Amino acid sequence: MTTKLFGERVQRREDLRLITGQGRYVDDLGRDALAAAFVRSPHAHARIRDIDVSAAVDVDGLVAIYTWEDLPERVRDPLPLLIPHPALTHGRTAYPLARDIVRHVGEPVVMVVARDRYLAEDAAALIEVDYEFLKPVVGIEEAAQGAHLVHEDVPGNLGAHLVQEVPSASGAGAREAIEAAPHTLAFRLDFERSASMPLEGRGVYARWDPDDRSLRVYSSTQTSTSVRMAVAAKLGLPLPSVEVIAPDVGGGFGVKIVHPWPEEVLVPWAAMLLGREVKWTEDRREHFISSAHERGQVQHVRVGFDGEGRILGLDVTILHDHGAYTPYGIIVPIITATQLLGPYRIGAYRVEFSSIYTNTVQVTPYRGAGRPQGVFCMERTMDRIAAHLGLDRADVRAANFIQPGDFPYDQGLIFQDGRPLIYDSGDYPESLRMIKELIGWDGFAALKAEAAAEGRTIGIGLGCYVEGTGVGPYEGGHVQVTSDGRVHVSTGLTSQGQGHETVFAQIAATELGVPLDRVSVVTGDTRRFGYAVGTFASRAAVMSGNAIALACRKVRDKALRIAAEALEADPRDLEIEDGMVRVAGNPGASIALATVAVLSNPLRYAFDEEAKRATQFSGAASMDRPPVAEGEEPGLEGRDYYSPVRSTFASGMHAAIVETDPDTAEIKILRYAVVHDCGRLINPMIVEGQIHGGVAQGVGGALYERMVYDAHGQLLNASFMDFLMPYATEVPFIETAHLETPSPLNPLGIKGAGEAGVIPVSAVIAAAIEDAEGITIDRMPISPSELHELRGRATS
Amino acid sequence: MKTDGRPAVSEALHEITLTVNGVVREAKVPGRRLLSDCLRHELGLTGTHVGCEHGVCGCCTVLLDGDPVRSCLTFAVSVDGHEITTVEGLSGPGGELSPVQRAFSECHALQCGFCTPGFLCTVTALLRDNPAPTEDEVVEGISGNLCRCTGYQNIVKAVHRAAELMGDEA
Repeated sequence: MTTKLFGERVQRREDLRLITGQGRYVDDLGRDALAAAFVRSPHAHARIRDIDVSAAVDVDGLVAIYTWEDLPERVRDPLPLLIPHPALTHGRTAYPLARDIVRHVGEPVVMVVARDRYLAEDAAALIEVDYEFLKPVVGIEEAAQGAHLVHEDVPGNLGAHLVQEVPSASGAGAREAIEAAPHTLAFRLDFERSASMPLEGRGVYARWDPDDRSLRVYSSTQTSTSVRMAVAAKLGLPLPSVEVIAPDVGGGFGVKIVHPWPEEVLVPWAAMLLGREVKWTEDRREHFISSAHERGQVQHVRVGFDGEGRILGLDVTILHDHGAYTPYGIIVPIITATQLLGPYRIGAYRVEFSSIYTNTVQVTPYRGAGRPQGVFCMERTMDRIAAHLGLDRADVRAANFIQPGDFPYDQGLIFQDGRPLIYDSGDYPESLRMIKELIGWDGFAALKAEAAAEGRTIGIGLGCYVEGTGVGPYEGGHVQVTSDGRVHVSTGLTSQGQGHETVFAQIAATELGVPLDRVSVVTGDTRRFGYAVGTFASRAAVMSGNAIALACRKVRDKALRIAAEALEADPRDLEIEDGMVRVAGNPGASIALATVAVLSNPLRYAFDEEAKRATQFSGAASMDRPPVAEGEEPGLEGRDYYSPVRSTFASGMHAAIVETDPDTAEIKILRYAVVHDCGRLINPMIVEGQIHGGVAQGVGGALYERMVYDAHGQLLNASFMDFLMPYATEVPFIETAHLETPSPLNPLGIKGAGEAGVIPVSAVIAAAIEDAEGITIDRMPISPSELHELRGRATS
Repeated sequence: MKTDGRPAVSEALHEITLTVNGVVREAKVPGRRLLSDCLRHELGLTGTHVGCEHGVCGCCTVLLDGDPVRSCLTFAVSVDGHEITTVEGLSGPGGELSPVQRAFSECHALQCGFCTPGFLCTVTALLRDNPAPTEDEVVEGISGNLCRCTGYQNIVKAVHRAAELMGDEA
């Protein structure tokens, strides 16, 4: 494979339409569609006594009002539990419209369809729902006590309980190893909720074609193929009669992998029933109270270690708040429990989590998906060990690293894909060396002393992570070369800004030896590719990237076979460059890939000049064989799938220097450095963009973002005025360095990069604040007023 | 989108005339129709995006008589007779990209692209008023727009790059 395009900072092909206002997001489509709006529960926990729609029916432009009672079989059933797990003994999902009980503020109760959204909201505002209040269950620990229940039939509000234990080499359990260790520590950590918060909310637009009885759905989703299957099943339609398209999507970050959302079922259903186009566009308040959140956990840690800081035993108990429902199973706490181990070889490990129902918005993966909490736990532990022993924090980490010669390294746990947690490759000591150099770790003591002399308080922090990326089960790619020489690539997974059209084109152009501008890429459109899993878990480049490469290799082999016949050469002597197939070392003997595409499809009818070459009297064909040989197919195209035996493990280390204001306790990040290893880079510009965005979300999670629920289960900060996402003024300049340890698991040697940036940020910032202030930081995010309070407590 | 309490059974429509991207456009809108909705749904200019409906995210920023405004906080009837520039109007008459548009692409200053139209409008006005902003002025100048994808670093870079391109062309 030539590396001309693979690995280059190629500018994005998505950009032109997006910078000229020609992007096509869901709400940009269906200008004449009817609009849907929802009456949502204002209460966290209540029984619906009555729904009175009489005042709404006179609203001009009203088309329909639906409650749960109006929904037919299957549509009215609870939404699917997407990822069952034996430990999820009490999984519960919501009805698409509430049936009898509402379990969080924002749960949809009534659907209204009207001529436009203003009118739909007018009608929704006039619908009276009579509620009988039930006791709201809010707060993880309160919920875990089980005094009041979110679901009547789930005792203790306990949805799932899972213990994983890996004994030490000598067979000791973690608790035993901790007892026997020379040093032990025990502490508690808290991590608040945040949310993906893409700037485009969710949205669904459905067109029912009554003539051919087919349905086309556009959804702002991270998985169009799976939405398609869910919609077909719910509506009882044959799968081929349903197509789902994820058009331009304005960010996902995890929340849009959940499906089918109530609206993804109800909007297509209403479109079918009414025989009209129907569209629903989520507004920002709806997104806060009816989509999904993540992160909230309480962790209890016990650790035993030796005099050099080597961990002999680690015992972590996690309370995980999964909100009112569990449509996405227990993926988040499983990832916390497993990825907590990071780049470290731990003597013995025991992890136990309880996943708890509360009357709050459901919890499903948000970029990082449980890892920020796990890394916070492990890295805070490393810092505590270093403090306890008076050792350098980087040295304690180094003493625990898995070494480059140890791969593949089996952590002895089961990962989120149900497969063993075996790290494929990495070089953690080199990564540490690079981050220390980049941030100036060894010279920091002098810098800190200098600052102190000026009356300034600064601190440095470090955080390491390992991220399982590219989880299965599979993705596919289809590649077609048409007779104009253009290359059409499609893959089923979706895009939300990651630059897939660019990087997949780079892969295809490199594999096929064609100029980049001949390649076009379509993602997330079931009309083009029906089999896919979706975009999540930093998997798109690994999964679809490799599938497309494999499909290209099939096409290339076929092109060489056909070209060899036309050039009377041995296919092994042929190469493709710049769209021309030629005999190596003989530039005169060549044939355009476009012509090969013509010849690949034996024709009766010449639809243009070029096509004449493939018609039956052109004399090109052998008279001894059928025009399409056995085992061959017409057309220069290929399809292939990539299905890995297990995930590939990216890694990285971040470091930051912060300054805290002695008076106001304001926390300012002075420097932020990232060393990142996602194997071979397809496009460093895009990888760096992913890192920047991830770090920015991490900074939000560390210093600003939290979901503030009151005791009644009201989300008090459900707007951008009150939920503080970082602006340009809050995000530091991010210095990045790449390490490339190829993955041995896939043909391209790549690992995922999408989530990485966000993962260790809270751990790093906590460590830096702790270093600056000399005060233990055990909960994130931290605001200036909280830091001020901690200072007060430390001196009292 | 917000309702204003009890609706009229049938809303009165107002005829308004806007000059949008240099073209005179007429629309009949209810008094409560937001400029963002008018641009997107009445006039079909869907490049202007709505991210929060309460004036915080800046996705809906357009230029009103040259100055950036939140079109989600502006009633369409209140700008009757005024000039509006949306992202669709930033390119030249032959479709050639403006320096700001080119710089955003060149510097990878966009990912999902949803906030991008608001940034492009904001930055276009910023550089018109201050053709060579300092780093602090750039950060300050874009600090009313949220982006959830890029971490802003490449947006800041793009603003400087656009200033450079404009300087070269001047």
